[in-house]
Formats: sequence, structure tokens, C-alpha cells
Amino acid sequence: MTLQPQPVRIILAKVGLDGHDRGIRVVARGLRDAGFHVIYAGLWQTPEAVVRAVADEDADWLGLSLLSGSHMTQVPRVLELLLRTDLGHVGVIVGGIIPPGDVPKLLELGVVRVFGPGTPLGEISDFLREQPRRVHD
Amino acid sequence: MAPVPDSGARDRWQEELRRGPAREQPPTTISGQPVQPLYTPDLLPGFDYESDLGYPGQFPFARGVHAAMYRSQLWTMRQFAGFGTPRQTNARFRFLLEKGQTGLSTAFDLPTLMGLDSDDPHAEGEVGRLGVAVDTIEDVRQLYDGIDLDQVSVSLTINAPAIVVMAFVFAHAQDQGLDPRRLRGTTQNDILKEYHAQNEFIFPPEPSVRLVVDLIEFCTQHVPRWNPVSISGYHIREAGSTAVQELAFTLADGFHYVDQCLARGLRVDDFAPRLSFFFNAHNDLFEEVAKYRAARVLWADALRRRYGAQDEASCRLRFHAQTAGCSLQATQPEVNLVRVAYQALAAVLGGCQSLHTNSLDETLALPSEHAATLALRTQQVLAYETGVTNTVDPLGGSYFLEALAQRMRREATSYFERIDRLGGMIAAIEAGFFRREIGEASFAYQREVDAGRKVVVGVNAFQERDEMPIGLLVVDDAVEREQVAALRLVKERRDQADVRRVLDEVRRTALGRTNLMPTLLDAARARVTVGEVMTALADVFGRDKGAAIW
Repeated sequence: MTLQPQPVRIILAKVGLDGHDRGIRVVARGLRDAGFHVIYAGLWQTPEAVVRAVADEDADWLGLSLLSGSHMTQVPRVLELLLRTDLGHVGVIVGGIIPPGDVPKLLELGVVRVFGPGTPLGEISDFLREQPRRVHD
Repeated sequence: MAPVPDSGARDRWQEELRRGPAREQPPTTISGQPVQPLYTPDLLPGFDYESDLGYPGQFPFARGVHAAMYRSQLWTMRQFAGFGTPRQTNARFRFLLEKGQTGLSTAFDLPTLMGLDSDDPHAEGEVGRLGVAVDTIEDVRQLYDGIDLDQVSVSLTINAPAIVVMAFVFAHAQDQGLDPRRLRGTTQNDILKEYHAQNEFIFPPEPSVRLVVDLIEFCTQHVPRWNPVSISGYHIREAGSTAVQELAFTLADGFHYVDQCLARGLRVDDFAPRLSFFFNAHNDLFEEVAKYRAARVLWADALRRRYGAQDEASCRLRFHAQTAGCSLQATQPEVNLVRVAYQALAAVLGGCQSLHTNSLDETLALPSEHAATLALRTQQVLAYETGVTNTVDPLGGSYFLEALAQRMRREATSYFERIDRLGGMIAAIEAGFFRREIGEASFAYQREVDAGRKVVVGVNAFQERDEMPIGLLVVDDAVEREQVAALRLVKERRDQADVRRVLDEVRRTALGRTNLMPTLLDAARARVTVGEVMTALADVFGRDKGAAIW
């Protein structure tokens, strides 16, 4: 009898005040259908709450959706908190409305990938599957 | 209607159809409704002009709410605008009025929409980014500086704290010496759709609806030309619903507000004439025109038959339309100009009273001046160059349109019945009914796009390798600092005892059943902030954290 590999665990959340959740909910369903273990943390999450959820759920990935223009405040805070709480191995992906000029800045800060509007669901799940397993060393 | 003569011709046509190549997927509307290759009178059995269509400006208003429609008065060109500080938005308002816009529409920032002040810790990074920051009556004064509120009709897109901001507006108008009976405008104030789609709610549904009714009641009595609510389908559609869901859920929300106003003791003919609507103008032109048509007939019918309205004005569904934001693409953004033009055409062929056309750069940022001007010009070309305004309801009598409208009415009615079976609006919200329906529709649509079955130009077809970047509006970080500093000054200068007293009064009134508006007008003058009022109300109503349904 072979052991099935554990499904990749991803937390999806919206940080900040913006409540537009069509995209993140569609991504949630898409990733679930693609075999991921999806935890939807919901709306209005603070960076602290999101990072706590990552720790509690032992997540491999964290996906953040921001459409409000506050990504350069919220995302760096999340990244910083992940590092501080020894969760730096968790991969962070971002989606939503991110002006093209801010994408390289986010990548430099440690975001693994930014998925813009119009990204097919398959692209996100393929990308995540191709990534090496994020193990805590 | 006489049957189509010469069955030989029909058979020949069908034969030719069968022999010819067919597209892989049978065509449907963008919402998935199957579309026949040809619409003929036999698809409208028993159709009678007088009883099934009638005349514009007459019950049930299928062809339009006014007798002459655009022949006597064009729709209001009402572009949504707002960003940064009240001064900046005031400048954009004046810019747009100068460019030929005929009404104003105010976009507020997220902290304001969520009832938070600019200096609230949760507001950090969000002040002025998606709309204008408003904390006190002082901000409202600057926002509408130089704009006569009894000359220019103003729309305010705000929901959870709508009654608070309206207190600021009405107090400001009063201070300007304006007669409240001459103020014209609209407040969105539609909290139900927040639970279905946009998620800008703060309190649980029932106290939130109480606030909606408070504003309707106050306006009915004191500001009779104001539309105290803009019952919205736009956001429901943006969240991914089908056209029928947009239609059905919006009208169901409307019915709930009517029920609540009647329960308050208001007479239907006193408030119903000022209930207004707000629909999406999406890509599928005929489906949209059919949707607006179905909406008018369903609403008129319900107001007369179910609610016993005597005044024809109570049965008249007036609506603002906005072209579909969710249809805009980030790749090849100039193509959005084309999408918006077709969508605007649908709204006008559909008989809207007021229209906002999106700017081509809105997938990426708030509109630049150039993009905002082009969006307005889109409406002006439509109004003055296409000729579609020369006659009322030019598409009336189209077999396709009328068949589609009839079908949408039937399907919307099924939804009304489902909501009733669930126990009504509040029960349906608590059961997650609307969110699940919308979620399923949005996921199904994404699947279609990803599979290439729904073509989106520039995204899954006709892509460009290298794209020309376009200039984007950037909201300066300094806005937040400026707004917070201004707020601090206001807080320092006001009478603290007055503030405390009036907030106690807010809580007391919220606990009871009296209309909150008079207390809020006092609060406005005391320079109480949006956040302070909302916190006081939250003390009484509690907060709704929202269920993480996906």
C-alpha cells in the first residue's frame, strides 16, 4: 500500500478593508478542484490574523487578494510577520489589482508570484504544483 | 399576430441552416441562456401590442418610464468620481462638469464606506485610494464647494454609513440656505446587496435595514425630490451573477424595502415613487435590454398587484446604469473603450435614466483625466451622433427582444418564489442562498473562459505579445497624511462635551424605534465623525463578521 502525498495546503485571504471577493472565491474553488486543500480565511483579515491562520493550519502557501490599492502597505507587513514568526518558508502569492509598476517591488520583497486580472485558473494551480514542497527546515 | 405564411420558405430556411456549418458550442447569451437562430412571431404566441407592450410612460412601462424618453430629455451623464482629499475630488467634479457631464456621482474611499475615520488604525494605507475620504461635515463642505446642490443633482455611492453621510449633506445644504424640498439627488443606501455581493456591511441585516428605512422615511417627509435608495443589481452582477439573478435579486431586495417601509407605517404611494434602481450594463446587448424591460414590468406589476399602489409613479422603475467593470481587461486596455461603447448602447436602448461609462484604464487604476474624458465622450457620441435617441424604445417589437424579456420575467419570478420558500429575504441571506448562487455562476463563467468556450478578446484570443503601457493615475501617499492632519484639527476645535452628549443620544435612539436622522443632523453640526457614529451604533447593533462562504 502506497501512502498518498498530502495535498498542498493553501490559505486564501483578503487583507484590509476591501470586500470584493469574486476572484478569491473563484480561485478557491479552482484550487480545490485541482486537488489542493484550501482554507478560505475570509474578508477583512489583519496581517496578524492571516499569519496566525498560516501557523494554525500549517499552510504551505498563502494567497492574498487585494484590489484596493493598499497592497504596498499590507503585503510587506504580512511578509515581515511571516519571517518574524518563523514562517518564512511559506510561499506567498498575490492576486487582484496590482499596477504593473508595483509587481517587481512585491517580488523583491519576497512574494513568489503576482497573478494579474485575466489569469486562467489552470495557470495558478500549475504554477503551485510545479513549485518544490515548502518545507520548514 | 398572423402566422408566418408560406411554410415552404420556413422549411427551406431550416434546411439551409442544417446544411451549413455550425459553431462548436450552441450560442448562448453571456448568462448562459440558449439563443435561437431566428426569432419569429410564433415564438411569441398570443402576443398583443396593447396588452403585452403598451405605451411608454404608462403602466407597466415595458417600453420606458416616460412618454417621450430621450426625445424630450436625454439620460443624465453621471460619471462616478472620487479620490484623495475632498479638495481633489471637488476639482475632478468641476473638471467633469466642464467636460459636459450633467450630474455628479461620488465615490468614497474604503475607510469611509466601512464607517472608519481616516485616522483609524484599520484605515492605514487605504485613505483616499479608491474614493474620497469623508470624516466630518467639513469634508462634505469642501467636497461640494462651489456646487449648488439644488441645481446639480448629486449621487452618493455609500451604504452602511449612508444615513450618517446624508446627515452631513443635509446639514450642509441647510447651512447654505437651500430649501430641502428642492434638493435633487440619490443615495445608494442599499444594504441588502452588500450581504449578497459587495460586502460593505458592518452590522447584521436587520438593524442595517432599519437605517435604510430611516433615511427613506426622512426623505419622504422632508426631502421629497431625493431618491433615498438606489436598489442595486450592478454589484450582484459584478460578483459574477447571471443577468436573471441580477434582475431577480435586485427586485427581491426592492420588495423587502417596500415591506419594511409599509411595516413602519408609511403609505406605499408616499415613498415608492422615489425608490430608484441601479443596474449593470454588460456585454450581451439584447440580454441587457431584455433585462431592463423585464425589470420595469415585474416591478410595476408587483407594486400594483401585491402592494396596491394607486399612484402610477409608485410603479415606475427608474434606473441608473453603469457599464460592466468586470468585463474590462488589463491587457490591451484601449479595447475597453470599445466594450464600454457597446455596453452604453445597451443601457440607452434599454431606457436608463442615468448612465456611467467606465474608463478604459479602470482594471489598473482609478481613471486618469484623459480616460475619464473619453468615457464621457462615449456617451456624448451615443447621444448626439447615433440617432438611437430619436424615437422611444427603438428595439420594441423585436421578436428576439420580446421573447427574451418574457423568458427572463418567468425565471425571475421563479427566484421570487424560491426566496419566499426559504422564509423571505433575511432568512435567505442567513442561509447563504444569494452568495452561493452568485458564487456558482461566477465559477461556471470562469470555467467557460478558461476553456476558451467564452472568448474574451485579448485574454484568451487575439493576444498581443508586447503591450504599450498607458499612463495611470496614482494616489499620493501624502493624501492620508493631509486628511489625518485635517481631521485632527477638526477634533481639537470642536466641543467635546457636545460630541459625547450627541453620541449618547445616538445610542439611545438606536436602542429605540425613533428615526435616527434628527439626532444625526445634530451630530453633523457637532463635528462628530463617521467613525464615531458607526462605533456608537455598533455598540447597540453589534457587528457582522460575514460568513466565509465560498
